[in-house]
Amino acid sequence: MTRSALLLLADSRFPAGAHAYSGGLESAAAAGRVHDAATVYEFLLGRVHTGALVCASFAAASWLCTDREALAELDHEYDVRLLSPTLRGHSRRLGRHLQRAVAATWPSPRLELVRGLDPAGAHHPVVLGAACAAAELTVDDAATCAVHATLAAPANAATKLLGLDPNEVSAVLARLAPTADRIAARAVSLARMARLRSDPGMLPALGSPLLDLTAEDHAGWEVRLFAS
Amino acid sequence: MPPKTPSTPGKTVRAKASATASPIASVTPLKPLAQPEPSAGPPPNRICVRIGVGGPVGAGKTSLVAAICRVLRAEYSLAVVTNEPQTREDADFLLGEGFLDPAHVRAVQTGCSPQTAIREDIAANLDAVEALEESLDPLDLLVVESGGGDLTALFSRGLVDRQIFVFDAAAGARAARKGGPGVDRADLLVVNKTDLAPLAGVDLEDLRRDAGARRESRPTLFTSLTEHPDAPAVADWIRGLIEERRTLLGRG
Ligand SMILES: Nc1nc2c(ncn2[C@@H]2O[C@H](COP(=O)(O)OP(=O)(O)OP(=O)(O)O)[C@@H](O)[C@H]2O)c(=O)[nH]1
Ligand SMILES: [Mg+2]
Repeated sequence: MTRSALLLLADSRFPAGAHAYSGGLESAAAAGRVHDAATVYEFLLGRVHTGALVCASFAAASWLCTDREALAELDHEYDVRLLSPTLRGHSRRLGRHLQRAVAATWPSPRLELVRGLDPAGAHHPVVLGAACAAAELTVDDAATCAVHATLAAPANAATKLLGLDPNEVSAVLARLAPTADRIAARAVSLARMARLRSDPGMLPALGSPLLDLTAEDHAGWEVRLFAS
Repeated sequence: MPPKTPSTPGKTVRAKASATASPIASVTPLKPLAQPEPSAGPPPNRICVRIGVGGPVGAGKTSLVAAICRVLRAEYSLAVVTNEPQTREDADFLLGEGFLDPAHVRAVQTGCSPQTAIREDIAANLDAVEALEESLDPLDLLVVESGGGDLTALFSRGLVDRQIFVFDAAAGARAARKGGPGVDRADLLVVNKTDLAPLAGVDLEDLRRDAGARRESRPTLFTSLTEHPDAPAVADWIRGLIEERRTLLGRG
């Protein structure tokens, strides 16, 4: 396990396609719900307690799992937690992108376990867990990476879309860091519990109905800058 | 082949010698942009030639891609990936022309950073390119249009085999002198809208000279897509690449 590998994988410059996704921020900005650093904080606070926890739990569960059938079940469980078909599509696409980048960066049979779980690629957190294992990172790293990715995408998009001071946005992320760490730790516990019972259905299923609705709406916009 | 390290023994010796003779000489870069980039090249068994078309917003990229498709579709099997910073504008325009089947055009979303999507994070573009190559196998030509950048826009060699940089002649002579990776290193520089150059007070001879100075032996073509919508010289350049590739793979 190397710390540098974790930094490399978590860096928003890791070439896995995330830069084109705002994680719902473009819609929230257009509706005026997010317009400054304070409202970015509120938006991300919502994300860290919902989407980030689910994503991190599945990343951790994937890290813990080396059985292909169980991984397929995990992938299915994540699928049914995404209510918006658009977001399901995005998650698989990002999984595909991540799989490609990690296969070139840390080639490993561990990563190949999740290849082809679905014709459109495995879901992003499922690939992320396997990617962390391939990079010889820990299960805690996998969960932390998942939480970070969930927060970083809207934060980066906020800087680009609203012209916010990037220093202020960084400060927002720093303020959320202790919560992010706690959520990652809880995700690992939940994943271990689900693993003990061999029941991925136990993994959290928290959602953000408004984000599901705006994602569907956003997909139909004529002019949009981000894929989500 | 790694381009940055001097690989010929001659060069290494010379660099060392000058370093000993004068410490100042050793920090002078060895004209890094003067040599044509050795391209990584496509995998040896891929027949499809991937060409990137980049350049500043409004330079005429989509018009050129449309010309390429219109002229070459009778000879070759081809497809297009458009990079859309905002809308499906380019993809819809190409489809609207009516000579490409929707299955042959894909739009990639680039999230405020059109250059990132063709340069440092090519994941979404590779995904689209490979999906087209698979579903339309065998393809001879795949054109990737970038979403409009500035003079620094450059395609990754991991995405395309060759790239065309489209430059607006009416954007001013200074832009060509400033150069940038696109103007300097693209395999083909297309100076478009030559019809507008006189209106903008641009002397095409100046442009030719400045571009030539920056690009050494790499080719530059002058086009006016309003006067010659088929861009025959560019089409010929692409034909050359496809034929070269076929010969290389023994499928000529
Ligand atoms: N006068 C003149 N107009 C041209 C020429 N080539 C293209 N145009 C016009 O320039 C405008 C922009 O052309 P596009 O082909 O859309 O340019 P683009 O580089 O694809 O633009 P983006 O995708 O928005 O970056 C259109 O209105 C074209 O009709 C030319 O050679 N001469
Ligand atoms: Mg265009």
